[in-house]
Amino acid sequence: MREVSLHVLDLARNSIEAGASNVRVTVEESGPEDRLMVRVEDDGRGMDAGTLERASDPFFTTRTTRRQGMGLSLFRSVCERCEGGMTLTSEPGGGTSVSGWMRLSHLDRPPLGDVGAVVQALACEWPMVRARYEHRVDDRRFVLDLGELQAELGDVPVSSPVVLSWIAEHVREQVACLGSTA
Amino acid sequence: MKSREELRAIRERAKATLAVRDNQGGPRVVIAMGTCGIAAGARDVMSALLEEMAQRGISDVTVSQTGCKGLCDREPVVEVITPGAPSVTYGRVTPAVMRRIVAEQLVNGQIVSEYVIATGSEMR
Repeated sequence: MREVSLHVLDLARNSIEAGASNVRVTVEESGPEDRLMVRVEDDGRGMDAGTLERASDPFFTTRTTRRQGMGLSLFRSVCERCEGGMTLTSEPGGGTSVSGWMRLSHLDRPPLGDVGAVVQALACEWPMVRARYEHRVDDRRFVLDLGELQAELGDVPVSSPVVLSWIAEHVREQVACLGSTA
Repeated sequence: MKSREELRAIRERAKATLAVRDNQGGPRVVIAMGTCGIAAGARDVMSALLEEMAQRGISDVTVSQTGCKGLCDREPVVEVITPGAPSVTYGRVTPAVMRRIVAEQLVNGQIVSEYVIATGSEMR
C-alpha cells in the first residue's frame, strides 16, 4: 500500500464486513513523541480468542473467495518496519479495535496520504455505517462525525454525491490546517 | 465559520439534484474494496466516480462497495448493474476509465467495451 490512509480504509472495510454500524477512526501525529498512530474501532461482531490470534497471519482468512488474508499482516509489517507495532483487541459481540503506530520520521514510513478520500468512502456507506473521523496533530484536533453532519444537513443525506464531494475536500482542508506533516 | 456557510450552500445544491431525481431504481455501481482492490487503486476510482456524479448532478445512481470477489489480478474491479440488462463488470479501472464509464455508460448507455471483463455471469 502506497499510503497509510489506504491501510486505514482497509481496516475500516474489515469493520464494515464485520457488520459494524459505528466505525471510529483516529489519526494522531505527535512531533515530540515522533509518532504516527492510527486506530480503527468498531461495534461489529468481533472475534473469539482463536480467530484473534490468527487474524494477522497472512494465510488465515474467513473469506471464501480467496485463501489469503493480507490486510492485517500488511499493516502489521509496515508498522514494525517503521519501529512501531500493532495491537488488536476484540471480543465476540463486543467489536474490534486495531491500533498501529510508527515512527513519524522513519524513512520507510509511507505518507499518510489522502484521508479525505477515505472518509468519503466511509460516508458512502451512510446510513448503514455511521463513521466518525478524528485527527490530532500535537494538541490540535479536527473531528468529523457523520451523525452530527447528518443532523445539520436535515433531509439531504450524507451519501448524496454533492455532499460526499464536499466531505473529501473539507477533510483534506481541515487536516492541512492542523499542520499535518504525515 | 467558513465551512458552515459552505455546508449550507452544499445542502441547497444537493437538494436541487434530489428534486429532479426519478425514483425508478436507477443503475447501481459496485466497487470492489477488498485489500486487493484498495492496493490497486479502488479508493481513487471511487473518488473519481463520486466527483463526476457531483459535477454532472447525477443522483439516481447508487454507489456501493463490496469485498474481494476473487478477481484480485484484475483489480480495481467495478460492476455496473442496470435494471433490465445484464450487469457489466470492468477490470483494471483507473480514475480516467471510471470517468469514461460515467460519461459513456451511465449517461449515454454505451458500454466501454475495452475494459469489460464480464457481462452478466459470463467471464471474457
